[in-house]
Amino acid sequence: MKDMAGTADQPSGAPPNAPAAIELRGISKAFGPVQANKDITLKVAKGAIHGIIGENGAGKSTLMSILYGFYKADSGEILINGQPTEIPDSQAAIAAGIGMVFQHFKLVENFSVLENVVLGAEDGALLKPSLSKARKQLTQIAEEYEMNVDPDALIEDIGVGMQQRVEILKSLYRHADILILDEPTGVLTPAEADHLFRILRGLRDEGKTIILITHKLREIMEVTDTVSVMRRGEMTATVKTAETSPEQLAELMVGRKVLLRVDKKPAHPGATVLKVEDLRVVDEDKVERLRGISFEVRAGEILGIAGVAGNGQSEVLQVLGGITTATGSVQINGNEIDLTGKHSDGRSRRERGIAHVPEDRQRQGLIMDFAAWENMAFGYQWDPDYNHGLLMDNAGLKRETEGKMERFDVRPPHGHLAAKNFSGGNQQKIVLAREIERNPDLLLVGQPTRGVDIGAIEFIHQRIIELRDAGKAILLVSVELEEIMGMSDRIAVMFDGRIMGERLPAETNEGELGLLMAGITNDSGANEGAA
Amino acid sequence: MDFSTLIQILDSTLRLATPLLLACLAGLFSERSGIFDIGLEAKMLVAAFFSAAFAYSTGSVWIGLLAGIAASMVFALIHGVASITFRGNQLISGVALNFLASGMTVLVAQSWFQQGGRTPSLIGGARFEPITLPFADAVRDVPFLGPLYSDLLSGHSILVYVALLAVPATWWVLYRTRFGLRLRAVGENPAAVDTAGVSVIGLRFAAIGIAGLLCGIAGAYLATGLQAGFVKDMTAGRGYIALAALIFAKWRPWYALGACLLFGLLQALSLRTDVVDAIFPFKMPVQLLDSLPYILTVVILAGFVGKAIPPRAGGTPYVKER
Repeated sequence: MKDMAGTADQPSGAPPNAPAAIELRGISKAFGPVQANKDITLKVAKGAIHGIIGENGAGKSTLMSILYGFYKADSGEILINGQPTEIPDSQAAIAAGIGMVFQHFKLVENFSVLENVVLGAEDGALLKPSLSKARKQLTQIAEEYEMNVDPDALIEDIGVGMQQRVEILKSLYRHADILILDEPTGVLTPAEADHLFRILRGLRDEGKTIILITHKLREIMEVTDTVSVMRRGEMTATVKTAETSPEQLAELMVGRKVLLRVDKKPAHPGATVLKVEDLRVVDEDKVERLRGISFEVRAGEILGIAGVAGNGQSEVLQVLGGITTATGSVQINGNEIDLTGKHSDGRSRRERGIAHVPEDRQRQGLIMDFAAWENMAFGYQWDPDYNHGLLMDNAGLKRETEGKMERFDVRPPHGHLAAKNFSGGNQQKIVLAREIERNPDLLLVGQPTRGVDIGAIEFIHQRIIELRDAGKAILLVSVELEEIMGMSDRIAVMFDGRIMGERLPAETNEGELGLLMAGITNDSGANEGAA
Repeated sequence: MDFSTLIQILDSTLRLATPLLLACLAGLFSERSGIFDIGLEAKMLVAAFFSAAFAYSTGSVWIGLLAGIAASMVFALIHGVASITFRGNQLISGVALNFLASGMTVLVAQSWFQQGGRTPSLIGGARFEPITLPFADAVRDVPFLGPLYSDLLSGHSILVYVALLAVPATWWVLYRTRFGLRLRAVGENPAAVDTAGVSVIGLRFAAIGIAGLLCGIAGAYLATGLQAGFVKDMTAGRGYIALAALIFAKWRPWYALGACLLFGLLQALSLRTDVVDAIFPFKMPVQLLDSLPYILTVVILAGFVGKAIPPRAGGTPYVKER
């Protein structure tokens, strides 16, 4: 491990020579033949925000799970505030003052905020005294750290930002001094993320120690004091944030130079491929999810749809992909498409030259228990090329899969492996290989790089750009603003089932898009970027 | 239909609803913790047999009750080990137990008593006798309320009252105690309970244990209270009706009381064809009455009468995510 910052990285808030809040010595953990953590040594100073960054599968989560008592390390030692501490289970972690905010919140949906906070930390066998005590403390903590939540609101009725605050409150209520946050901003709008960072800084100033696990370089640079980089189970470096750069961190993460900016030439849009007019979707609960949206995508351009998850972007993809019915008009190459679901479905969409890389690749893009070569045929299994009369041409399919896996750099390149045995990035490459190699006129892509490593992100982006340069129309939906900014030739921002406005990437910034994503339009700037 | 017939029917309703109610509450504890329990039937059946067998052998119904509860708890434990410890499929485990109970009770009964797979009839102290509530005789002559108290409420075995009291007790445990909060949480999101430092496995075994206890009482009541002795398959699908009642009640204790009384009434009516014929202007098939609980449950599940949302983590074994 190269320790660029040395051990003298005490932040100004802590007294000199105070023991580190957390010290890990030689932590190793193997799952069968896979060495998830190799001889990890880490010191996190008290009162610091310490970032841990690394690709998926680098071992960040395993390490934190060891700290929170989910796994027992094969070897190594944990010191909390200088004291050697055994953490056999979550209870011990809580007792040691460690609180954890998981990526997927661990909240009971139909409980109130108060009940969730109290759960597991009750004072006695009866609920009432615990609840009234917690109510008082909660208001106190909430005021102290600018985290107002209604204690009686049900979790299922509040937004994700609020739910995350409940998770933090849960830890604080248990007197956590060390707070670990795993990918906390994945579900937040830029404004909500900023608010979270304000809260974290406030907590740090009160002397709490915060560990932030993320793969987003921007957040590391913005909020952390020190940062550790993990790669393939090893801690490759610990540096002071002020003394590093995103480029250096990316290189440390991946082990080679990485292009952080998407490299693309200007687009040369051609004829209109997709024309959507007044699209409306009403869901089962009679809620209008799409409230009359209209847009166009032309050949040779990428239209990016930005927005916080759940504002109708998914519905756009589902309608165009033939999964959801809608009203309005959709034209492909000038031909009207049936939206009622009576005369068309996913298959007829594909026959019209629409390829769909769904947002949830594990549920809609792949069958996880099926082999890669079987997955390569899904959606096109009716194609005469894949069939010999009544039987499927399995041998041919397997051969073809080999070629696709090679061209899309799927690792390991074994077609017989089940989809679930590939990493997220490689699963995505399988789906992309299937859809892109059909040479569609229009590619629908949802969250192309969700849960995908930095190295694979670069590859996936390049492939999508190549398809654009080949004169195809691409509709990109992503909640990653950076991805939208980097990839799109035009950006449409959705909020509450409407398109709030269209912008050109060169003429806008994250701040403006963030406001649009929150439903705030600035009249003077409205529609100036519309094509 | 006159007033005394009505009282008779309601009285019979209460008796028939008792095993349903106990089993339904057993299922409520189990399913609220996230463990589907299709084996209510099995637990009641073994409890019925062992309570009758021990009550007959010892002459004490109380020892019979304890034996029934113990047998039911053993079955609950098997279900727990299969579905909690080894994360097996809860439905399959439950179905297997149902078959096991159905065959085993008859086999053991035959080799023990040689009476064709039944126990000898229970008499005297080997049965639960009706209890007369205080002043029951004194107030019988008060118009209307008198018979309601003396003939409907009074004169049941103690287990009927236990079942009725179990309803508020269940409600109180579920909504007013720490255990109840954790139990409801573990059925909705076990990961939340686990990360809060509480044992998911411990909670689920506790819930299953309570289910075993309640089913044990239900089974004992069948063999030593409602009837006098064990006969083959004497639960006669009550475990399934209790499950239907649980869905009908949307997994809530007071609703469970209502559902079980309704289903008990249907059972009581199907025993009184004379009354059925008097009520309905047409020939009402008894089989239709018997199937009504299931029909009503399907109607509920189809969403015609509000939504029945089962505990979200129900049926899935808990595996730590990482």
